Amino acid sequence: MIWAIIIGMSIVTIVPRIIPVFLVDQASYPDWVNRWLDAIPYAALGALIFPGIMTVIPDQPIIGLIGGVIAIVIAFFEVNVIFAVLGAILTVYLLTM
Amino acid sequence: MQANSADNASKVSSELSNAVKAGLVKGFPICLGYIPIAIAYGVLAAQTLSLFQLTAMSVLVFAGASQFMGAKMIGAGNGLVEIVVATFILNFRHFVMSLSFMNKARPIPLSWKVPLSLGLTDETFAVSSLHGEEAKKPYGKVFFATLMLLAYLAWVGGSLVGGLLGELIPEQLSQSMNIALYAMFIGLLVPSVKKEWRVGLIAIISMIINYALINLSLADGWAIVISTIMGGFLGIFLLKGDEDN
Repeated sequence: MIWAIIIGMSIVTIVPRIIPVFLVDQASYPDWVNRWLDAIPYAALGALIFPGIMTVIPDQPIIGLIGGVIAIVIAFFEVNVIFAVLGAILTVYLLTM
Repeated sequence: MQANSADNASKVSSELSNAVKAGLVKGFPICLGYIPIAIAYGVLAAQTLSLFQLTAMSVLVFAGASQFMGAKMIGAGNGLVEIVVATFILNFRHFVMSLSFMNKARPIPLSWKVPLSLGLTDETFAVSSLHGEEAKKPYGKVFFATLMLLAYLAWVGGSLVGGLLGELIPEQLSQSMNIALYAMFIGLLVPSVKKEWRVGLIAIISMIINYALINLSLADGWAIVISTIMGGFLGIFLLKGDEDN
């Protein structure tokens, strides 16, 4: 039964990932569709960041938000992404001490 | 003539090794974010799954949030249909992401795009998309494949280690590392916003829609799908055509 669940989960994850390969390969889209698809990464980033970031420490949403602000400040200097990651981890670590 | 072809050969091999190097560099922050989460998944899943099963789930599914959910639901005694449907809903956002990525990846041959699509997660999609110009380079496919494989190995390896060793990261540190992937998303977004403020507007509108939908108690999976699609629609009015140039 567990194996059936794992394989079922695999199939319903793979299919949505793979279908667009063939959808996009055959068609060429009008300009507005291309602009929509170009905007998807930024919209996805927004939705992936917020409100999820408030659940980093589930009962203290402010800690995730402060970590996020530190990441914004570090990222503003256009250093490697890794510094924003390390800075945010350190911030949360210090705030939960 | 001979010197010329030797030149070409060395140019090709240096372009190839640059693509691999760039893939490793851009994939590294994903690794750093994945390893502690994968270990946490391994620890949790080991309560209900064998080591082989929990690692196989990472190999076959490669989607973090849904694996946590799957392991918890198996533990709670939920049935096949419930778990598979919940997984489909949670992971359907990858359909929208894949559509966007594949549109950028048009120059890449189909035989590469099929395996690349299997490597798309929130994180590999975000990093790949913000380096979409790589798709136009001769070894762009290698760049994407390298960063995805690195992320995949970190995920599968971390799951195995978590299942094998149990809690080996101190609680406070693993808790702090929960912010790693959020910080990476921010680190990817901010430089794009500095270049083009409209991109930031798209992200903020999408955040607001997502927040509103979650407060209306829509399932997280649908909330992300809808806010991504709707936020993206703003791009039709805000972004200029062929933004990559």
